[in-house]
Amino acid sequence: MDYYRLGISEARKILDKKEVSARELLDSIYQRIESVEDKVKAYVTLPKEKAYEMADMSQKKISSGQSASLSGIPIAIKDNMCTKGIRTTCSSKILANFIPPYESTVTSRLSEQGYILIGKTNLDEFAMGSSTENSGFFTTKNPWDLERIPGGSSGGSAAAVAADECIAALGSDTGGSIRQPASLCGVVGLKPTYGRVSRYGLVAFASSLDQIGPITKDVKDSAILMNIISGKDPLDSTSAPLTVPDFTKVLGQEIKGLKIGIPKEYFIEGMDKEVEASVMDAIKKLESLGAIPVEISLPHTGYAVATYYVLATSEASSNLARYDGVKYGFRAEGKDLLEMYMNTRAQGFGSEVKRRIILGTYTLSSGYYDAYYKKAQQVRTLIKRDFEKAFKTVDAIVTPTSPTAAFKAGEKAGDPLQMYLSDIFTISVNLAGVPGISIPCGFTSNNLPIGLQIIGKHFDEETILKVSYAYEQSTDWHKRKPNL
Amino acid sequence: MKYEAVIGLEVHAQMLTDTKIFCGCSTKFGSEPNTQTCPVCIGMPGVLPVLNNKALEFAIKTGLATNCKISTYSRFARKNYFYPDLPKGYQISQYELPICEHGFIEIIVDGEVKKIGITRIHMEEDAGKNIHEDGGNYSFVDLNRAGVPLMEIVSEPDIRTPKEAVEYMKKLRAILRYLGVCDGNMEQGSLRCDANISVRPLGQKEYGTRAEVKNINSFKFVEKALEYEIKRQIKVVEEGGKVIQETRLWDSNKGITESMRGKEEAHDYRYFPEPDLVPITVEQKWIDEIKASLPELPDIKRERFASEFGLPEYDADLLTSEKSIADWFEAAVKAGGQPKAVSNWMMGDLMRLLNEENKTIEKCPLKPSQLADMLRLMDKGTISGKIAKTVFENMYKTGKDAEAIVKEKGLVQVSDEGAIEKAVDEVIAKNPKEVERYKGGEEKLLGFFVGQVMKAMKGKANPQMLNEILKKKLSQ
Repeated sequence: MDYYRLGISEARKILDKKEVSARELLDSIYQRIESVEDKVKAYVTLPKEKAYEMADMSQKKISSGQSASLSGIPIAIKDNMCTKGIRTTCSSKILANFIPPYESTVTSRLSEQGYILIGKTNLDEFAMGSSTENSGFFTTKNPWDLERIPGGSSGGSAAAVAADECIAALGSDTGGSIRQPASLCGVVGLKPTYGRVSRYGLVAFASSLDQIGPITKDVKDSAILMNIISGKDPLDSTSAPLTVPDFTKVLGQEIKGLKIGIPKEYFIEGMDKEVEASVMDAIKKLESLGAIPVEISLPHTGYAVATYYVLATSEASSNLARYDGVKYGFRAEGKDLLEMYMNTRAQGFGSEVKRRIILGTYTLSSGYYDAYYKKAQQVRTLIKRDFEKAFKTVDAIVTPTSPTAAFKAGEKAGDPLQMYLSDIFTISVNLAGVPGISIPCGFTSNNLPIGLQIIGKHFDEETILKVSYAYEQSTDWHKRKPNL
Repeated sequence: MKYEAVIGLEVHAQMLTDTKIFCGCSTKFGSEPNTQTCPVCIGMPGVLPVLNNKALEFAIKTGLATNCKISTYSRFARKNYFYPDLPKGYQISQYELPICEHGFIEIIVDGEVKKIGITRIHMEEDAGKNIHEDGGNYSFVDLNRAGVPLMEIVSEPDIRTPKEAVEYMKKLRAILRYLGVCDGNMEQGSLRCDANISVRPLGQKEYGTRAEVKNINSFKFVEKALEYEIKRQIKVVEEGGKVIQETRLWDSNKGITESMRGKEEAHDYRYFPEPDLVPITVEQKWIDEIKASLPELPDIKRERFASEFGLPEYDADLLTSEKSIADWFEAAVKAGGQPKAVSNWMMGDLMRLLNEENKTIEKCPLKPSQLADMLRLMDKGTISGKIAKTVFENMYKTGKDAEAIVKEKGLVQVSDEGAIEKAVDEVIAKNPKEVERYKGGEEKLLGFFVGQVMKAMKGKANPQMLNEILKKKLSQ
C-alpha cells in the first residue's frame, strides 16, 4: 500500500492497529521523496537519521499502547521554524549554515505528541514572496504542473503535502503564505487568528502579522494540528491566554442557517473567470448545505496591499537587522566594520529581501514615518473594523484565495507589483488578525487547483473548520492527486 | 555680558533586578564574557522578548518617588541602529508612551529649595560591551550586559549651574538607592549621565542651540564637564560664532569635551512600536500597592530628622544622603545616644575612619549601639571627650566595646579632687613665671596650665574639674 498517500487521521489508525510500523511509514515517505523530489524540490534539508530516531522512539510508545496524537507521523516543517540541532535557513544564504541551539514552540509541541520531523521545506527567502522563486537556493515546483510555481512563501510545505512527500506540514502566513500556496497546490491551509499559535522560534518576517498554521491533505488534519499547536506560550507575549477548544469536535456539525458573507470587493473585473466560476459554484454548494449567502462590503479592501507592504516591510527592516555577520550566520570580509556589514548583507540577502529592507527603512525614516507607517497603521485599524462590522451580520466570509491558479515560473518574477497582487485576497485577513482557511474548490481547464478562502471571527477557527469540513465532505476536490 | 546656562540631564540607571529585562539571564556584574547569555539576549533568529515584571515594578517605584504620573497604558518601541554590541540591530526601549511622565525632584542649592522637572522615565535594555585590544584589527564583544534593564530618567531643562546638576544627580542617586532599584555606582557604569547644555544671555527667554555631552562617568566629572562646556559655548558666542547642535564626548584625561558627531551625522533611529511585546497595562490597584510600600524618602527623612531629633539642616541633610547612614544614625539614637552627639561622631570621626579605608557604612565594623555606649560613658563622666576620641578609634579598629577599652587601657577619667589639686599644685610650683604673667592679666595662659596638668595626668583629668581647680588656685 502507498502509505505516503495517507493523511494524519488515517495514518494514526493503521499505526495504532499495527498494520504498519512508524519505520515502515517513514520508509514509504522517503521512497516517495526519492522518486519525486527531483521534480518537486520541496525540501531544503532532510535529516534522515534524526527522523528514524524519532520514528523508533514513537514506535515504542505505539507498541506499548501509549501513542500520542502524532506518534510516528512524519510532518514537514517550513524552514523558518527553528529546530534544535537541525539547520534552519529561511532559504537564505545568510543563514545557510545556521543551526539553532533551541527549538520553536510549535515543533516542541509536535514533539510532545511524537511527530517525526521528515524535513525542512523550501520558502521564499525569509518568507518574502508568493512563489518560492525568491528562495536563496532553488525554486520549488508545483506538483500539478512542474513548469509552474507552487505559490509562496510556504511553497515547499504545500508542494510536499500535495506531492505526498509528507503526511502533513506546517507553514507560516504573513500575507497569505499558507493559504495561497495551499490554494495553488490543491491542499488545505489554515492561518489561525493572530495570537492563537506561539511565534517563539519562528524566524520573524513581520512580527505583527506572522502566524504559523497547518497545511494538510484534508480539513480534519488541520483541526488535529491546530489542537496541538494552539495556545498561550509564556515565551511569546503576543500569544493569547485563551483556552483552546477541541477543533475536531465541530467537524460534521451542520451549517444550516449559517450566514456566509460574500464581500463584493473580492469579485471584481479582471478576475480569472475559471476561478470566479469555481468560487461561485462553491457558494452554491454551501447554500445547498443550508448556509445563507449574504452580500457584504469590506470597503477598505482596496488599500490592503499598500497598507501591508508598508507595515510588513517596516517590521522586516528591523527584524532582519540582526543578520549583520557579527554573531552567527554568513559573514563577508571587509576592511572595517562598516564594510563587513555592507558586504555581508549585500552578499547574504537576495534582491527581494533587500528591496523590502530598503522600503521598510524608508517608511520608518524621520520625515516619512507619519505619511507611511503611521498612516498605514490607521488604515489597518479601518480594515480591522471592516471585518468586525461584517461579522456582526455574518458568521463567516467566503472569497477566492488567489485571483488566479498557479502561474508559470518566471511569469511574474520580474514584476514585483504583479507578484504582490497575487496576495490581494489574503492580505486583509492578516491585517485584521482574523483566521482564514483555504480549501480546494475546483480545477481549471489546465487541471490546476483552485482554492476557496473562508474567513472567520477572531479566535473562531471552529466556524471556518466546520464550514470547510461540510464543504469538503460534499465534494471530491481534495481527493484528486497530481500525476507525478 | 552675563550668560546663563540651560542644562537638562539624561540619566541611565541600571536596575538591580536579578535577571535581565527580557529573558532569564543573570545580571551579575563581572562574570566571564558571554557566560550570562541566551538565544534571547544574543538576538538569535526567531526568539522573542518577555518583560521582566520586576523591572516594571522598579520603574513604577522610581516614578512614584519622583512625583511622576504613572501611565496605566504604555508600550515599548524599537530604536534601530547597527553596532556590534547591539545583537538585534535595535534596542527595545520606550518612545511615545513611557511608563512615567511629568514628575519632579527637589534639590537644595545655597539653602534654597529648587524644583527640577522630570520629563519622563522609561525602561529599556542595555547593550553589550565592545572590548578593543591594542594592536589587533579586531574587537571582542561581551554580551553579558546586553538586556540588563535600564531606566532612562530625563530631566526638564531646569538646571542652571553645574552645582545644581551635581545636586540633582546626588538627590536622584539617593532616591534610587533608597528605593533599592539601582546601586548608583557611576564609576562602574550602573549610573550614567548625558547632559544637554546651551547658553543664553541672562534675561533672554529663548534657548540657545544645545550640545549633548556624553561619557560623564563620575560626580566630579558632572561638574567639570559642565563647567568646561559652558565656558566653551560662552567663548564661541562672545567671539561672534554660533554654537552648533552636536554630540560631544567628555574626555576626563584632557578635561575637555570634543565633537563626536554633528547634526547631519545624527542617527535616525526609526522608532516604531515593538510588535513582539503587547502594550503594558498597569492596574491602578498595583500602583497604589507599590506606593504604599515605598520607603521613607530622603526629603521626608531629612525633615523628620530635623524636627524629631532637633538636628541642624546641615546634619539632617548629610545623615539622610544615604539610607544606610540614616539607618545607622537612628539605630545609635535608639540605643540611647543623644542625637546631636551621635551626629557629630558620625560626621566627624566615623566618616574619617571609613574614608581612610574607602569603606561604606554598610561595611562599618562598629555597631551603632557601641557608639551609644561610649556616649553614655562620657555622660557619666567616666571618660572625657578627649579620651573618647582614643576610645572611639580603638573601638573601630578592634571591635571591642568602649567599657572594655577604657578598663584595659586604664583610661578612666580622674575626677578625684585631691589628685587633681595635687597635680595642679605641682604645675604651679614649677612655673612661677607663667603664674606671674597670668596674674598680671594674661588669662590666655590658662590653656598652657591645662595642658601641663593633662600631660602630667596622661590626659585623664576631668576637664571641667581641672578648669575650676586651676582657676581657683591661680586666683589665690
